[in-house]
Amino acid sequence: MSFREPHELHKRRFSRNLGLGLVLAGFVALVFGLTIAKVSDDDFSVPAEVGGAQ
Amino acid sequence: MSDASLHASETGTGDAGFRDYFALLKPRVMSLVVFTALVGLLAAPGSVHPIVGFAAILFIAVGGGASGALNMWWDADIDRIMKRTQGRPIPMGKITEGEAYAFGIALAGFSVVMLGLATNLFAGALLAFTIFFYVVVYSMWLKRSTPQNIVIGGAAGAFPPMIGWAAVTGDVSLESILMFALIFMWTPPHFWALALFMKSDYHKADVPMLTVTHGRRATRTHILVYTVLLAPLAIGIGFTSIGGPFYLAVAVVLNALFLKGAWDIWRRDEAVAEADSYRIEKKVFRLSLIYLFAHFAAIWAQTMLNEAGLGGWG
Repeated sequence: MSFREPHELHKRRFSRNLGLGLVLAGFVALVFGLTIAKVSDDDFSVPAEVGGAQ
Repeated sequence: MSDASLHASETGTGDAGFRDYFALLKPRVMSLVVFTALVGLLAAPGSVHPIVGFAAILFIAVGGGASGALNMWWDADIDRIMKRTQGRPIPMGKITEGEAYAFGIALAGFSVVMLGLATNLFAGALLAFTIFFYVVVYSMWLKRSTPQNIVIGGAAGAFPPMIGWAAVTGDVSLESILMFALIFMWTPPHFWALALFMKSDYHKADVPMLTVTHGRRATRTHILVYTVLLAPLAIGIGFTSIGGPFYLAVAVVLNALFLKGAWDIWRRDEAVAEADSYRIEKKVFRLSLIYLFAHFAAIWAQTMLNEAGLGGWG
């Protein structure tokens, strides 16, 4: 098995794809951080219907 | 037809990079949005978790960027005509109008929903209204129909501190309205000072600017009137809960300087201004940038002083 030379199209779009990848990774980290911040807040409580189903 | 040729036929070049999409967000305008929204958030009574605060500012900035992208989509025809805007991604052929529209709509929806989820629904709704105001009321309706376009359209740039405030409190208060009013009243003299020395090609693009429709004498008078109205408003903030002696001192000095500048502009005529290459107009424009930055920085500093028990009105 050998690595093929990247297509010219992929070379041209590398910066855009890399940028988008980093933005998405940042967004995932932000949502994770928000989740931690929200559930560790003193005001946070499990909704009644979810609690009742358990 | 290959994927590459299909894409190229749609975009013109198919080579739009990350920075082209970023340019659609009008990053320089975004910096003002970020700063004023941050001050609104920090000055508000109460507090939010730092990550929630960071997310709020980020989504307000993305919402502001979405407005910029939708503005570039709508104004693509005049952006191709005016020298100042010919370097934007759509006139350059890097991004198509359709792509800019899709990008703007997607980011607008994303930022509103995420701000609503991260903070509260009111803040999300206020951001949605801001985007609507900038894109529909300013760009689509007022910009090409009245020389008062930037007066009313300036409201769109004035909302961010209100949104930052609402992200913490979930409502509107006198203080957040005053921060809105400060930017709203500052925008016309700031922009018209620029319009006096930037010989723009707005008339070629059929955009009615005050300097063209009512003349430069009337524009000078408008600058003075708005600056006179702005001063008591800016100083009045000093007597509210977000003000204090420090803010008041900064506001008094800056408004005295700004009033002096507006007076100097009003006293001059075109012959004198042209003779010294609009020296006073350029000076007042630079001062207007410092004016807004310093007022919001002073609100921020005063907030910190108040929290530390130093220098508030008690």
